[in-house]
Amino acid sequence: MSGHSTYTPKTGLTRWLDSRLPILRLAHDSFVDYPTPRNLNYFWTFGGILSLCLGVQIITGIVLAMNYTANAALAFNSVEHIMRDVNYGWLIRYAHANGASMFFIAVYVHMLRGLYYGSYKAPREVLWLLGCVIYLLMMATGFLGYVLPWGQMSFWGATVITNLFSALPLVGPSITTWLWGGFAVDNPTLNRFFSLHYLLPFVIAGVVVLHVWALHVVGQNNPTGVEPKSKADVLPFTPYATVKDGFAMSLFMIMFAVFVFYLPNSLGHADNYIPANPIVTPAHIVPEWYFLPFYAILRAVPDKLMGVLAMFGAIACFFALPWLDTSKVRSMRYRPTARLYFWLFVLSACVLGLCGARLPDDQVIPGLKTFTLIDSDPNSFVWLSRIAALYYFAYFLLITPILGLVEKTSPVPETIASPALNAKKA
Amino acid sequence: MSNLAVGATIDPGHASDDPSRRDFIHIAAIAAAAGGAASVAWPFIDQMNPAADTLALASVEFDLTKVMEGMQVTIKWRGKPLFIRNRSAAEIAAAQKDDNAPMKDPAKDADRVKAGKEQWLILIGTCTHLGCVPTFGGGDWGGWFCPCHGSQYDTAGRIRKGPAPLNLALPDYAFLSDTKVKIG
Repeated sequence: MSGHSTYTPKTGLTRWLDSRLPILRLAHDSFVDYPTPRNLNYFWTFGGILSLCLGVQIITGIVLAMNYTANAALAFNSVEHIMRDVNYGWLIRYAHANGASMFFIAVYVHMLRGLYYGSYKAPREVLWLLGCVIYLLMMATGFLGYVLPWGQMSFWGATVITNLFSALPLVGPSITTWLWGGFAVDNPTLNRFFSLHYLLPFVIAGVVVLHVWALHVVGQNNPTGVEPKSKADVLPFTPYATVKDGFAMSLFMIMFAVFVFYLPNSLGHADNYIPANPIVTPAHIVPEWYFLPFYAILRAVPDKLMGVLAMFGAIACFFALPWLDTSKVRSMRYRPTARLYFWLFVLSACVLGLCGARLPDDQVIPGLKTFTLIDSDPNSFVWLSRIAALYYFAYFLLITPILGLVEKTSPVPETIASPALNAKKA
Repeated sequence: MSNLAVGATIDPGHASDDPSRRDFIHIAAIAAAAGGAASVAWPFIDQMNPAADTLALASVEFDLTKVMEGMQVTIKWRGKPLFIRNRSAAEIAAAQKDDNAPMKDPAKDADRVKAGKEQWLILIGTCTHLGCVPTFGGGDWGGWFCPCHGSQYDTAGRIRKGPAPLNLALPDYAFLSDTKVKIG
């Protein structure tokens, strides 16, 4: 951590504890006296919001598990039992289901903030990688949890995702059979998914501890991307960051509550209120919204193995980012060209999300007849997703490495405090 | 560091120039631990493979008189859907006409049915892409269309367009009589 501890136990009990287990000292040094850059904006409150989301998911999840039955014959009805019969079951389940979406909203803001302000650059690579690991674990947990209600979307989502592994040459079919515990998604699959869905949030909590540890070793990045150089650049975590985080959490909880109480099913799919049927696939299956961009990339590629590799590659790009970025300037505040490409990247991810929700052969501009380009109409969502996916990969693999070498950046301030001081002079 | 410790504990009566014996003990201990860990890990991995009762799923007998010409019945076999289709003459003709058309997974229509029973097409009804159940009557070849990622199969269940790599799979089956088939 940074420098000496300033913690002084005030009572006999805390002095006694401090010489045996200095846990209060750790908490004080990490969350009270910890120096934070003075210029953090509201995008820096999402770390706290994410811990809140994890807490909400764990608490609501433990309660749901008390009323849920992980058996293919009983699971669907046990969820309806939670919704109709269990006291406040509807509230707890809606909080858990929408909580997953809130978690992903927060994690995407958190990741894009890191992307924009260069929070992955040296010396924060390990911090960034741990964040990527948490994101992967979150996706796994979200997927496993979505299977548990055992509705049509649960069943067919599980079928499609587990079949991704069948694309691997040689070992593919054995791996899918091993994942299923049978010849198709069935009761053994549901049982193990429940077990793992209960386990992974605690694994996430463990990696979060490492993430915060790494954060406290290298210190927080800030909107200028300039490291704090003196006391003038920092403020103590409490009250400055705690109050700001608390305010942001309150606003976030208001949005969360709007979904739970007024739009509880708006982010889900009606088909998941139909019990799982292994011999009928719904006419239009889509994953949860937070997977749509990756689903669109999977469908954009006409080859099975290549499609699966592209999808996983899209996630792998985030892991490689610290070594793909060649720019000497950390924050995009001083990289006007990079900023343009960044927003195009955000746009491409949103377009991919849009494409993932539509049928591949649907027309983008309704009624416009064109021709067949290779295998499909250029005026179709499959071609739109190809263009967006191409940009997505180009952003990581071409633009980020090349731009850092050739771009013209604006002047970077000497210290965090200096822009404010100069503004005062002017 | 380790050499120092070794030197400090060694019996002076014995020559200390015997590193090979000590190396052997180290390697043997590590190998035993690794082998032990692997043999303990295996049951925990293998418990996820299909259990004995899942593997013991019996074969299915099916009465074909239930399926009119141009009709398809879907039954569940090994947790998966099975298509039993009584093909019309037009469907058979369309499938045979395309026998030499360029295909991702080339196959003759005759190889996908039993000789003399051309009207009976029996397929495992899971898309070879990601396992969804294709619906009959969609797509450009009048066969099956997968709603998940748009793969299209013809009236012999051969893949003609889309991301699926292989034709719809054929289960092992045999005709017990003209009206009875045993699958599995």
